[in-house]
Amino acid sequence: MLTFLVSAIRLGMTFLLGSTGETITEKSGHLNLGTPGVMCVGASCGCYAEYLYFSAVGAFNINPVLAVLIPITATLLGAALMGLLFCFMTVTLRVNQNVTGLALTTFGVGLSDYMIAQTGIIYTKGSRYFTAHLEIADDLGWFGEIFLSHGILIYLAIVIALVTSFVLNKTKVGLHLRAVGENPATADAAGINVSAYRYAATCIGCGISGLGGLSFIMDYLNGNWEYCIDAIGWLAIALVIFTVWKPNLAIIGSIIFGGLYIASTYIQGFNMEAKEIFKMLPYIVTVIVLLFTSIRNKKKNQPPQSLGLNYFREER
Amino acid sequence: MAKSSDKVRTPPFHIVKREPLPWYSALGVRVAAIAAALVLCALVITVLTQKNPIEVYAAMIDGAFGSTSRIWNLLQNLAMLLCVSLAVTPAFKMKFWNIGAEGQVLVGGLATVYVMLFLGGTIPTPLLLVLMVAASILAGIVWALLPAIAKALWNTNETLFTLMMNYIAIQFVAFFLKKYVKSGSGVLTPMPEYGLPVIGDMPYLLNIIIVAVLTIGVYIYLKHSKQGYEISVVGESENTAKYVGINVKKVIIRTLILSGALCGVAGLLLVGGTNHTISTATAGGRGFTAIMVSWLAKFNPFVMIVTSFLIVFLERGAEQVSSVFRIPSAISDIITGIILFFIIGCEFFLQYKIVFTKHGKENE
Repeated sequence: MLTFLVSAIRLGMTFLLGSTGETITEKSGHLNLGTPGVMCVGASCGCYAEYLYFSAVGAFNINPVLAVLIPITATLLGAALMGLLFCFMTVTLRVNQNVTGLALTTFGVGLSDYMIAQTGIIYTKGSRYFTAHLEIADDLGWFGEIFLSHGILIYLAIVIALVTSFVLNKTKVGLHLRAVGENPATADAAGINVSAYRYAATCIGCGISGLGGLSFIMDYLNGNWEYCIDAIGWLAIALVIFTVWKPNLAIIGSIIFGGLYIASTYIQGFNMEAKEIFKMLPYIVTVIVLLFTSIRNKKKNQPPQSLGLNYFREER
Repeated sequence: MAKSSDKVRTPPFHIVKREPLPWYSALGVRVAAIAAALVLCALVITVLTQKNPIEVYAAMIDGAFGSTSRIWNLLQNLAMLLCVSLAVTPAFKMKFWNIGAEGQVLVGGLATVYVMLFLGGTIPTPLLLVLMVAASILAGIVWALLPAIAKALWNTNETLFTLMMNYIAIQFVAFFLKKYVKSGSGVLTPMPEYGLPVIGDMPYLLNIIIVAVLTIGVYIYLKHSKQGYEISVVGESENTAKYVGINVKKVIIRTLILSGALCGVAGLLLVGGTNHTISTATAGGRGFTAIMVSWLAKFNPFVMIVTSFLIVFLERGAEQVSSVFRIPSAISDIITGIILFFIIGCEFFLQYKIVFTKHGKENE
């Protein structure tokens, strides 16, 4: 049970990073279906940077801080560049977001697979620095196991989610961002630079989503690359709906998702086929939440009103 | 503001919507975009692989057209992608973002394989075929209908709903394979004996003919039928549609039934007419690619033949390139991605024009 919970948390934080990034993006009115691709690119940029760093300094001169910071920076940069590409297409060139997003996923998955083919799929050495935790955790029994035994990215995920939630709901920047997502024409009339907000939100959001990919490889899989980050990415999009666009709710939601995703391997007495049905649960739950929120039609649980729509000032 | 009139910053240019271009300039812009994309891809290939890009492109053409079987393969893949694109088109024209074609195709295929596995050999072949067709279409319809009803009744976001339905479908297929493949390998032995009939010795000809007929059918339906017209009105403006007395909910549900049925047919052709088995990758991402195909063709079924040809050509060609030059096959996704970005991006130049502000001239 304890290992189940710990695994659920570790996987959940991957979803949390992915969905927090996507929430920021969606709050600006961008439905970025490229998130799976962004997460792939984020992960592979991080791994690639780790590989370059290790081969540059040699195995004995590795600085633990740099071994964490360099991949994180590379991930943020790589993923944010993908966001920039998305924005260039949708904000500057005003092409359809869904089409751009899907193309971005194709491109991102290809790019990341290509990069990984160059460096191999084992990053266990680098992963050690990501999963390192305080020694005190080992002496505190279940409490330490659940709350203190994690690597840096897990805590980073929670901090990012809380900060995002605060910024979105309690600051002027957040208010402006939400205004841009709800009704860009009104926001524009109020003197808010719609394009700048959309660019910034999407690039930051993509950077954070990218970290989710890195956390999946370096933390959850202990550095063994798997070609399924895009599936994780779609679930991260699902999680955004599941938690009705609230990053603080997503902390709990992501752990539930993580639990549902791995439950089939932990619960005894299930045969193989039942496990496959079990894996459906995150998606079914998301559909139910989606239906429920739209039936209840409560104002504060709705998607941003102009989600998926581009804004062109001269077209009103 | 009024006082600082000589300090007012005028942007160096602004963007305005333009009148639709004549077809030859529109075509020119697109061809230019593809050419630019190919040049960029050549650069990328050279940088990544240190190979001569012209050799790489030659290998691509060889991979797509190099032999009779390759051409058949190309046509078959073209037909399948086109079929899914036809399926999503009526819904898109209505601005219903059906991202769930992948799942709808997959359940269509799953229904076909169920019938083949459990009824194959026990009932007469014509009846079996009828049941396969009916089951696949019905399954596709059900998968498309759920999001459509939710959209019509409660305005549920269809992009997200259909996206989730994809993964539910994939898990159903995974469940099916675990349950009914006795060996536990997860690979269902193909059952060509219960497949769709084969014309002559050309295994894909029937698929191609069916899709060709569907292409014409969808074109006529969208362009020349009352229902097709209603779809475009709803797509242009839901309020206008309501105002002229179109029952929007009915149109949404009716269109998605058509969309789902066509996806079911695609599943039928993929399982019954091509693979004679199913895996979670049977739809192979076509549900997503189809969205781009349809959108690039501006929802015109005949132009979709061209756009899906382009994508299938890239895929088949890049496969060949990766095996000849020993480059990771992911290069094909990269190339496809770059070219897609260029074609998608060039739409901007078709719809808008950049007007440079002339200094010393009054604006407005």
